[in-house]
Amino acid sequence: MPIESPTPPQKHVRHRGLRFGLLAVQTVLFVVICVLIYGVALNVAQNLLRAHIASGFGFWNNTAGFDISQTLIVYSASTSTFGRAFWVGLLNTLLVAGLGIVFATVIGFLIGLGRLSRNWLVARLSTGYVEVIRNVPLLLQLLFWYNAVLKTLPDLRGSLRLPGGAILNNRGLFLPRPEFGTPFAAALIAFLAAVAATIVLRLWARQRFELTGKPVHVASPTLCLLIGFPLIAVAVTGVPLRFSELHLSRFNVSGGVDILPEFAALVLALSIYTAAFIAEVVRAGVLAVERGQVEAAQSLGLRPSATLRLVVVPQAMQVIVPPLTSQYLNLLKNSSLAVAIGYPDLVQVFAGSVLNITGQAVEVIAVTMAVYLAISLFTSLLMNLYARSVMIVDH
Amino acid sequence: MKCLATAIAFAGLLLVTTQASSAQTLAAVKERGQLICGANGTLAGFGIPDPQGNWTGFDVDFCRAIAAAIFNDPGKVKFVPLTAKDRFTALQSGEVDVLSRNTTWTLSRDTSLGLDFPAVTFYDGQGFMVHKALKVNSALELDDATICVQQGTTTELNLADYFRSHRMSLKSVTFATGDEALKAYESGRCDSYTTDASGLYGERLQLADPGQSIVLPEIISKEPLSPVVRQDDNQWTDIVRWTHFAMVDAEELGVNKGNVDEKRKSDDPEAKRLLGGEGQYGEALGLSNEWAYRILKHVGNYGESFERNLGQGSPLKIARGLNALWTKGGLQYAPPIR
Repeated sequence: MPIESPTPPQKHVRHRGLRFGLLAVQTVLFVVICVLIYGVALNVAQNLLRAHIASGFGFWNNTAGFDISQTLIVYSASTSTFGRAFWVGLLNTLLVAGLGIVFATVIGFLIGLGRLSRNWLVARLSTGYVEVIRNVPLLLQLLFWYNAVLKTLPDLRGSLRLPGGAILNNRGLFLPRPEFGTPFAAALIAFLAAVAATIVLRLWARQRFELTGKPVHVASPTLCLLIGFPLIAVAVTGVPLRFSELHLSRFNVSGGVDILPEFAALVLALSIYTAAFIAEVVRAGVLAVERGQVEAAQSLGLRPSATLRLVVVPQAMQVIVPPLTSQYLNLLKNSSLAVAIGYPDLVQVFAGSVLNITGQAVEVIAVTMAVYLAISLFTSLLMNLYARSVMIVDH
Repeated sequence: MKCLATAIAFAGLLLVTTQASSAQTLAAVKERGQLICGANGTLAGFGIPDPQGNWTGFDVDFCRAIAAAIFNDPGKVKFVPLTAKDRFTALQSGEVDVLSRNTTWTLSRDTSLGLDFPAVTFYDGQGFMVHKALKVNSALELDDATICVQQGTTTELNLADYFRSHRMSLKSVTFATGDEALKAYESGRCDSYTTDASGLYGERLQLADPGQSIVLPEIISKEPLSPVVRQDDNQWTDIVRWTHFAMVDAEELGVNKGNVDEKRKSDDPEAKRLLGGEGQYGEALGLSNEWAYRILKHVGNYGESFERNLGQGSPLKIARGLNALWTKGGLQYAPPIR
């Protein structure tokens, strides 16, 4: 019997026709979207022109004229431009978001693992923390922390003097500014050498462990190195660091670096709020690890803390990292609530003061949105790279 | 295929740029039957709803005067509270017809925002309010002080200028609304609060203990407050401008809410021209010839509005000062209605 296969040629033709049809639809859809975007942009430009509203980015190099309460780079109301104000706001946002992410992760992991603890009190407290913090709007929590921070601190006349020369009052925490003397270079080199030595030590310890099976404790030698090297350098070359003195003037404390209460309240509120969500993410990740893994670890004789550290959490990380990325991005975007308490972040400085003084709402908001998008994309890129590294690939 | 066709049609529709017929604000207002006025919402004396929800204030009365001129009914106004941040965008986009919100007339606002400032209704200046306990008697003693200010205002800019020109260092804390800035001042976060001097008296009344704050004598800037309109409608700009001038002219002529009816019947030629007994001035503006009579009957003249909202008839008790008539040494001077 001759085996005939009449269908392949027809199927082939139908495939090609279908693909061509899909391609045509996608092309038309793409053209439609481009036309839509172009139409909207054209409409906006024409309306701005007809209403005689200034457009373009010429304002970027004009003098700002307003003062900003926290600037990480040099900024002056009389000589700095709007562009400079933009960078000041951006750096403030990155600072708040960065610190917030660090604290939120630490607190979130602790609370998440605490919820799974066998200690009844710890578990209940952690559950209570998550349930309360998750369900109250962030804005209310921020205002609460701002008022709590401000109300508990004394006013200028009753300033608290802390050990180390710092001063605490409701204008902020004033720290003596470090002034770097000439021997600073030697101390810095010594510290960097200590860091390099620590890395070498840890690599050697790991190799030793893999060869012999006996763990080598590196905690105390590391600490000795990191503190000892710079201390020796200081003893040899002299004190590299001097701290300025703080003066209590009529209205303020001068001579130091000040940490604003707005900054403290914002970091506190963001960390505590996001930690509640991260705690749940961590708990989900830990619960996702098979029970068999824990039992196997226990049968090997590992104690619960070692089980957690060496077996459970590494496997849980691949489940934790993607939602953790979302929480980090949420924290970044929530930092724009700084507007409510007067902290000069990007939205407050740029989309607030600059927008109102120049009147160019379209350009300012577009730039602000683009910046937030860029930072978020960059953060998720980094997190995705990390996620790939913790992914456990089945061979 | 059908949804694709609708998508293309929709795109085509968007490309047809809709002419926001801005040259016909008066026609739009008449058709709507209501004037939409951008107001402050939190500034005592200028624009604030009272405990019963009725809007009161100097700027509010000005909007009621415009509504009276158009509709013969000062109640046909809707007030939209706006912050310093969104006031101009609301006006530019057409959300409000006129902005009567203690706004300073400056060159950059007049040119690059596409807006016009018809007439200065209140000549003001920026001042400082400090805690009495600080024992400060002059703004020149505020070196290194922390000052609360509202962002997006000329106040913010003038503050930096003043401190720079007097070689004093400044720590400013900016907030989105005047309310928040005032609360921060009250809590002790700032040593001083700065805004227009007229606003200072009003804001001081809202503090828990007004006696603990004093207003410093220095006025550090010129703040000519004016209503604001869009730039492309000359007829509407004229209407807003001449509403103010009618109120000032009326005070100069001695016409007020109480005697406007008998003044209408009098033989005084200026009163006749003002109140519609002679000439077609109202129609030239696009309103009825009784436009000024309506304003005076429902709202009163400039002096009455001032005294009622800001002067001796109000808790603020601000003196006329620069806002007196030119015949009494002030700056309020209206061109003649003829």
